[in-house]
Amino acid sequence: MLTKRIIPCLDIKDGRVVKGINFINLRDAGDPVENAKYYDKEGADELVFLDITASHEKRKTTLELARKVAESVFLPFTVGGGIGTIEDIRALLNAGCDKVSINTSAVKDPGFIAKASSRFGSQCIVVAIDARCRAKTRSRNEWEVFVNGGRTPTGLDAVKWAKKVERLGAGEILLTSMDYDGTKEGYDIPLTSRISESVKIPVIASGGAGSLEHLYEALTDGKADAVLAASIFHFREYSVGEAKNYLKKRKVSVRI
Amino acid sequence: MIAVIDYGMGNLRSVQKALEVAGGKAKVTSNPKDIGKCDKIVFPGVGAFGEAMKELKRLKLAGPIKDAIAAGKPFLGLCLGLQLLFERSGENPGVKGLCVLKGESKRFKFKGNALKVPHMGWNNINKNSGAGARGSKLLKGIPDGSYMYFVHSYYVKPEDKDVILTTTGYGIDFVSGVCKGNIYGFQFHPEKSQGTGLAILKNFVRV
Repeated sequence: MLTKRIIPCLDIKDGRVVKGINFINLRDAGDPVENAKYYDKEGADELVFLDITASHEKRKTTLELARKVAESVFLPFTVGGGIGTIEDIRALLNAGCDKVSINTSAVKDPGFIAKASSRFGSQCIVVAIDARCRAKTRSRNEWEVFVNGGRTPTGLDAVKWAKKVERLGAGEILLTSMDYDGTKEGYDIPLTSRISESVKIPVIASGGAGSLEHLYEALTDGKADAVLAASIFHFREYSVGEAKNYLKKRKVSVRI
Repeated sequence: MIAVIDYGMGNLRSVQKALEVAGGKAKVTSNPKDIGKCDKIVFPGVGAFGEAMKELKRLKLAGPIKDAIAAGKPFLGLCLGLQLLFERSGENPGVKGLCVLKGESKRFKFKGNALKVPHMGWNNINKNSGAGARGSKLLKGIPDGSYMYFVHSYYVKPEDKDVILTTTGYGIDFVSGVCKGNIYGFQFHPEKSQGTGLAILKNFVRV
């Protein structure tokens, strides 16, 4: 049976992990390989590296990171952030990452999704969608897509956009609720289930995880295929193993 | 030396590295001569069926691959590399595959949104007890039901049921591994399946 995936997310700046695992056993908390090995051992199902490097020149360090991680950890991993061209994707895939996540450039030019997926295959093209509730009352259940790290509204409806990226060849959607991100109040369940029900491709829920119950909700009520979480794992509130044991007890199929 | 066939469509570094960790010496190559010289072949497929066949022909790799298989060299096809062993695929109906095994690839089809396509993530492999499975050394020490990492929208349907090595459940029971003599193929990615995947590659290195 296909299991639900638990995916730790690591922020990357200039090739180093920022806000990495806050843990004494790690010799170097900023070393992406150390972090990746740690999560590999813990039983993470995939890893996501989100590149927040500001300057374009320093992007080379991200390639170096992908290369090192791919050579030491045999686990699928995705790199996202600042990817704007077919060349960017090719360089990352050649360096060894399995999937790339595109966001702003997909909105700017939806044809980019089609080009990228027909070139490299849908399986490696993840489209990240950052969504915020548009209506003041949550009952209306309408969400707008934002780009540029959540700074720029696009006017696009998140459900329609999700369907469109699927049509264009995206292999997966990484869905982040901007309303819940960082709150630790749980994932946006209405948003997640709406998007997941609207498309046939897998959806990764992101933004808001504060407890194991939240992971459970996203994977059941939220109908997500995978959950992404950062701080609850980095700060050792829970280990990936604990999360999986909890989910298993509650009858969610996970890989242990 | 293990030749890791590269037809220019994706990254093979992790496959090469995994084989090295498994104790093999691997060379990523698109040179037909290497196919003749190597002891074993790993064929990780990336991209679409039709495009891959086109590239194999352009690089003059299709012939040498078939020759090496016929000569009895251990051959391991991964993901699309498994599908290309067969005659055709629903992905590009007009295109002929390598035709080493009889059968075709079909796309997963589920009613409504019951199950997502691609089939992406960790799923179990169930060992088959058929003729092909009995002779196989690749799953030695691998527990039945082990989790492997999958990402694909098409699955193979072999005509000869004896070649079925493993099956996996996703709406249907599909064939996730085949074996016929020196030919092996897996739908999943052992190079991305942590320790269990590496154990399979280790077995291949030792074949």
